[in-house]
Amino acid sequence: MQIRKKGKKGLPPVSTASLPDIVFMLLFFFMVTTVMRETELKVEHIIPKAKEVAKLERKSLVAYMHIGPPIKTLKKVMGTEPRLQLEDAFASPKDIIGWVEEVRANTDEAEVPLLTWSMKVDTKTKMGIVVDCKQELRKANALKINYSSTKIIDKSKL
Amino acid sequence: MARKKRELQEINAGSMADIAFLLLIFFLVTTTMDVDTGLMRVLPPPIDPTTPPPPPVNKRNVFVVLANAADNLLVEDEYMQVEDLKEAAKEFIVGYPGNLGDERFPEFKVVGDEPEKHAVIIKYFGANQKISKQIVSLQNDRGTSYELYVAIQDQLAQAYSEVRNEVAMNRFGESYDDLKANSKKSKEDKEKAKAVRMLIPQRISEAEPKEIGGAIN
Repeated sequence: MQIRKKGKKGLPPVSTASLPDIVFMLLFFFMVTTVMRETELKVEHIIPKAKEVAKLERKSLVAYMHIGPPIKTLKKVMGTEPRLQLEDAFASPKDIIGWVEEVRANTDEAEVPLLTWSMKVDTKTKMGIVVDCKQELRKANALKINYSSTKIIDKSKL
Repeated sequence: MARKKRELQEINAGSMADIAFLLLIFFLVTTTMDVDTGLMRVLPPPIDPTTPPPPPVNKRNVFVVLANAADNLLVEDEYMQVEDLKEAAKEFIVGYPGNLGDERFPEFKVVGDEPEKHAVIIKYFGANQKISKQIVSLQNDRGTSYELYVAIQDQLAQAYSEVRNEVAMNRFGESYDDLKANSKKSKEDKEKAKAVRMLIPQRISEAEPKEIGGAIN
């Protein structure tokens, strides 16, 4: 009795009918998790590392200030000294008060006290410009600040 | 001309996968998965010239950390490396409640003196607990590098966090970090965490900028 026929019998082709479903699943995942970059960075910064960092929970309630040397393509025009960037443009620390007001005006009134002012500063920057910015923030009564830094993973605890 | 009703032809869905792939790749490329983290601090409110200046703080209660333009550290009048700052700060934060005559450590106040204000502490730790009057004062020069500044802030935060963890561990058998992590679920843990926080308050003062010396810009 011979059940299986001897001879060449190719494997049936794998059905690709569920491929679109899988791809759609992945697509939706990335669509949901994606946050589009709102501002174009005009300064370079390497963020410092620290251990005791806290997560910034609500991104819509965080306003960013970038401080660092201008990017390569702008070095010829702007020089290499660390500069402050607010939104899309270079600014001087004097502009911070106006910017703070603008951000507050664009935020829901009930949530204004929850705003966090995050400073993304290059590690090589001198504190001078950072201190100026902090003083301006104080004048604008924007006191909840965040020194943006990435977490060091403590290997001894693993 | 009479025509027979024809059934609609089905749309070919074969290219659906291609379209989805295209979109998928677009989102894959644009996605940035970074979570924003950082050191949270609260700046002191702006100085109002009409209000009288606050009473001076007793010198022994202040732990002075100076950072100059050459990125050198002077902690309580002693030269120090950043890595050693945590231990020194911890020692100061814990203090020496047994011997109040020791001028190197800060003064203490007894919780029981203001029972309403410290109700949470009394509930979990008892009325004879003492709160240190410590303040850590961080002063930097305009020429100090941001890297060092953040490193100092981090060391100080670590010192506070470790002291809190030890206190919570001794009292509750759970670290402060765990209490904080559970505080969303358990109201008791939230209160415990609050008690620890009130017993060891984090007081890092970022002083007005000063020219400490050796300034470059």
